[in-house]
Amino acid sequence: MSKHPETASQTAGPYVHIGCTPNFAGLTGLYENDLGADMATDKAQGARITLSGRIFDGAGDLIHDALVEAWQADAAGRHAGQPGADPHFSGFGRCPCDAETGEFRFKTVKPGPVAWPQGGQQAPHITLWIVARGINIGLHTRVYFADEDVANAQDPVLAEIADNRAATLLARPQSAGDYRLDIHLQGPNETVFFAV
Amino acid sequence: MIRDQSKDAQMQDDDQNAGPYLPRNAASHPAALHPPYRSSRLRSPQAEPITFPSTPSEESGPVFTGDLLGPLDNDLLHNFGPDGQSAIGPRIIVHGRVQDQFGRPVAGALLEVWQANAGGRYRHAKEGYIAPLDPNFGGCGRVMTDTEGRYSFRTVMPGAYPWPNGPNDWRPAHIHFSVFGAGFAQRLITQMYFEGDPLIWRCPIVGAIDDKRAVERLIAPLDMDNTAPMDALAYRFDITLRGREQTLFENRMEGL
Ligand SMILES: [Fe+3]
Repeated sequence: MSKHPETASQTAGPYVHIGCTPNFAGLTGLYENDLGADMATDKAQGARITLSGRIFDGAGDLIHDALVEAWQADAAGRHAGQPGADPHFSGFGRCPCDAETGEFRFKTVKPGPVAWPQGGQQAPHITLWIVARGINIGLHTRVYFADEDVANAQDPVLAEIADNRAATLLARPQSAGDYRLDIHLQGPNETVFFAV
Repeated sequence: MIRDQSKDAQMQDDDQNAGPYLPRNAASHPAALHPPYRSSRLRSPQAEPITFPSTPSEESGPVFTGDLLGPLDNDLLHNFGPDGQSAIGPRIIVHGRVQDQFGRPVAGALLEVWQANAGGRYRHAKEGYIAPLDPNFGGCGRVMTDTEGRYSFRTVMPGAYPWPNGPNDWRPAHIHFSVFGAGFAQRLITQMYFEGDPLIWRCPIVGAIDDKRAVERLIAPLDMDNTAPMDALAYRFDITLRGREQTLFENRMEGL
């Protein structure tokens, strides 16, 4: 049994950019770069992709003030910090939604499959974590790739989700290497969120 | 089921660094929907989140090292003003320990903090409060925990501020904390409040947490033992992140 309860979450609020992406918020000169601005150097292994999208609230309105974080394996399915992980790939991205368009966009590499602890593999995926005003505890979701039919069909997490809802996790290829996925916090297309 | 050799290898590691995270206890956290906090009404998912045991994707996390930090990153009194000029307002030291649910220190945790200035005003394009900006205060800082999980930074006491929610809602004085532990499953954003502030129990954002004791753990007590005499008061804020399930190995050690 654990002895201590986890510290409670509180909303990141409307001013999260001050602390997490100060350069984006106009507080320049404090940090050289905003954390998570670059996920891969030129030397990183694997296929270059972008993942972009928007976030909508329960009224169908675009959310402009969210902060999105991405965490993923490298092209070989290893995470930063694990033996053999690609030293040119951080696996961590952080992107404030654009104040005008609401878009978030990550320039990254296509992740490899990740081990499933009970045996077998998970399909390539990127974990997203979304915080904003009105979100009391960060929303954890996963992005899978719509063009990975075979791997997706064997993924143990997707297998837990009804087909119509699993579609909310599938990023669709646009032009070569560009994937898009919109996130809906409520409504008929509400994105699947996880408590892991 | 096929025997998973990687699992066996993990069992031999310190269980703080291997194995699944304890499931998150929803009762320790605010509900997604808390109607008195108006913004949560359209931004709270309606479906129950789907659970599965953590995997390498949640058990690993971004790797940050001390070379990320600049010399003034943990000094909000001086990290913004020109020529090292000090921010305006009561000077405070905020310090504490980051631990997991078993009480073990979380070393190398990155904490990012942000706050309003002493008058309750944020340095942000969307901020509309009439209180003035302080030319010497940015309101942004960061620090990493040492091998014992300890951290400390200097800043000014933030002011309370009104916000558009109900007809007359005021946020209690608070500092926002973003915390990275060892695994992405430990990712947490929270707010620290100050002992004795009468606005805490009137705040709809605080009120989203049902458990009174969970709220009390967000309230930092005044810590007279760690003040800087003739310089700064001190407040202590300890943070608990999720722990990993105990391994068979450690249970045996404790059981025999
Ligand atoms: Fe605030």
